[in-house]
Amino acid sequence: MIKLIGLVPILPLIGFLITGLFGRKLSKGITSIIACGSVLASFLISLAVFFEIKSSGEHAVTVNLFEWISSGKLHVSFSFLVDPLSSLFLLIITGVGFLIHVYSVGYMHNDEGFSRFFAYLNLFVFFMLLLVLGSNYLLMYVGWEGVGLCSYLLIGFWYKNTSYNNAAKKAFIMNRVGDLVFVLGIILIFVTFGSINYTEVFGLAKFHGTEPVITAITLLLFVGAVGKSAQLPLYTWLPDAMAGPTPVSALIHAATMVTAGIYMIARSNILYTLSPFTMSIVALVGVITSLFAAAIGLFQNDIKKVLAYSTVSQLGLMFLALGVGAYVTGVFHVMTHAFFKALLFLGAGSVIHAMSGEQDIRNMGGLKKYLPVTYWTFLLAALAISGVFPFAGFFSKDEILAKAFEHNKLLWFLGSIASAMTAFYMFRLLYLTFFGSFRGTKEQEHHVHESPKSMTIPLMVLAVLSVTGGFVGLPAVSGMPHLLEGFLEPVFADSDMKMFPSHISHETEITLMLTALSIAVIMIFLAYNFYIKQKKIPVAEGVEINPAQKVVYNKFYLDEFYNALVTKPLNRLSDIFYRFMELRFIDAIVNAIGELVKQSSKIVRLIQTGSIEFYLLMMVLSIALILFVK
Amino acid sequence: MNTLQHIPINLYILLSAVLFSIGVFGVLLRRNAIIIFMCVELMLNAVNLLLVAFSTYLSDAEGQVFVFFIMAVAAAEVAVGLAILTMIYRNTGSVDIEVLNKLKN
Repeated sequence: MIKLIGLVPILPLIGFLITGLFGRKLSKGITSIIACGSVLASFLISLAVFFEIKSSGEHAVTVNLFEWISSGKLHVSFSFLVDPLSSLFLLIITGVGFLIHVYSVGYMHNDEGFSRFFAYLNLFVFFMLLLVLGSNYLLMYVGWEGVGLCSYLLIGFWYKNTSYNNAAKKAFIMNRVGDLVFVLGIILIFVTFGSINYTEVFGLAKFHGTEPVITAITLLLFVGAVGKSAQLPLYTWLPDAMAGPTPVSALIHAATMVTAGIYMIARSNILYTLSPFTMSIVALVGVITSLFAAAIGLFQNDIKKVLAYSTVSQLGLMFLALGVGAYVTGVFHVMTHAFFKALLFLGAGSVIHAMSGEQDIRNMGGLKKYLPVTYWTFLLAALAISGVFPFAGFFSKDEILAKAFEHNKLLWFLGSIASAMTAFYMFRLLYLTFFGSFRGTKEQEHHVHESPKSMTIPLMVLAVLSVTGGFVGLPAVSGMPHLLEGFLEPVFADSDMKMFPSHISHETEITLMLTALSIAVIMIFLAYNFYIKQKKIPVAEGVEINPAQKVVYNKFYLDEFYNALVTKPLNRLSDIFYRFMELRFIDAIVNAIGELVKQSSKIVRLIQTGSIEFYLLMMVLSIALILFVK
Repeated sequence: MNTLQHIPINLYILLSAVLFSIGVFGVLLRRNAIIIFMCVELMLNAVNLLLVAFSTYLSDAEGQVFVFFIMAVAAAEVAVGLAILTMIYRNTGSVDIEVLNKLKN
């Protein structure tokens, strides 16, 4: 079955080509069958590959498709690396991807860009699979850029809206900043090790790498991850990316693309483990982003923006896990997060769909009785992300905090605050959306309806996964095996020994768990108290709020800061160049040449008298002249 | 010996130069298109005369070959030229070249 691995990315590519080239001629039914079917087929193959890897006990299989680049010292083959890490990511991408494709059939059914949407979505799945399957950094980079492109195309999917286009451009440009540094990292890897193949690089790094160089490499790669995975200071594109259709937010900006940075670090774990300095930077950036975004999330009123900041915050927690060397835990949280965050986004999509495009939670409320399926699945996801036992988020988040505690108490403390805020804003969102009385217009109330089956079934499947997904990573104290750790062990074997010589005692572990759990429960009750008992509703736009709240509500003015620091000076500089270089210099030359031709032809045209006699005379004289001069 | 060969070559040159000049001045001074046309033919034949004269003088047949070519081309040119003249006359009612300035303005 591993021989068929090439089909996994190629099927969505074929789906893209068919829906992209012939989408206009195909009916919506056929388009959706092709788009969903190709991803489903990829999922089934991935499943088979996953079980084959699991049962055969082979650590890594490289499937070489062809020699891609061969130039001097550089040899890059187009080959796929199938190991526990990539096979797990394959399952997440194709599995969650398939559910979201099915959901999109219902969500986008009235959109005029139906086939274009599925074409982009399939293309995205292709690039994402390429990213995780590539057996060298260059192939990863191809996927890395490809998903960035698809993200751009899908954020700006409704291209007639200027602000959506600007959001798309912002996402693309901010990603480019990270990507540029990422490419520098790859070049440095090549210069240092003479290869960009994972196995060769890691093999060499273990014995020949010097720490300063490895630190430089890992820091450069990390900046790429910061861009792609929306960490401080490059995170501001992700909340804006919510301009895209909701399934896109679920697939690209929650479940898969933004976790590419996590995958990259997990994949390069050997390099990262060799550089303790980078590790502490990763952990620090992660935990600060997590706190920062969670704080912003507390005051957002757009249902998708809350989820976007929540995503940034959760990604921060994943980086925290990676930074303390708990690679398995980071990947574990990627997996559970993919389930519950995709579910939250799809649930939000269902709400938006029901509310005829309304996204402001101040205008919602009381939707519980209209949207029962959406409500229950959303509740399960909210419980999971808040870390309530025994939902998926509890296990992964608890594990992150436990590992952080082992490493550094301060990191644990900050991480705990972030996850406490998570519980609060998630239930704030839930209560404001589904409880209380309806605050929208009469027209909206009349229109409210539960979503079609194609949308609710993916919700239910994801809800089941959000509830049970955590059981693959039971904590040591339960006495049950940590299935995921066992499965991923070959990938991280070299790093784990170095990072965690000893494990914390069971008593501490239980205490930590109970602390985390009680914090989450307290936060949920606090939210209950605020928004159900006291029936508080966030103030409308323009009403005076206290300065501290105002700063957080305005996202710490980071966008304004970037605007003042980068965008405005750049615009000013362009303006200067426009006025001086463009108008005075380049335009002047072009105009002068034009003017010269015009003026000289004004003179020369006088010769054209129209009198044939004159022409004949000139002809004779000219011939005579030629003969004489010769 | 042919009597023609007793005439010195410079007389032939003179004759053809005179004929050629008549042609040139005819082209320049006359306004009737048919006369201009005939003057062009005159120039061609002046050249022909020069060619055959030198051909005989140098006992080289090459010049005569040229003459045949020129005559063939001139015949074709006459056919086309007269057709154009006919059309000009039909359209303007005259063969005066002064009226052929429609492209101006």
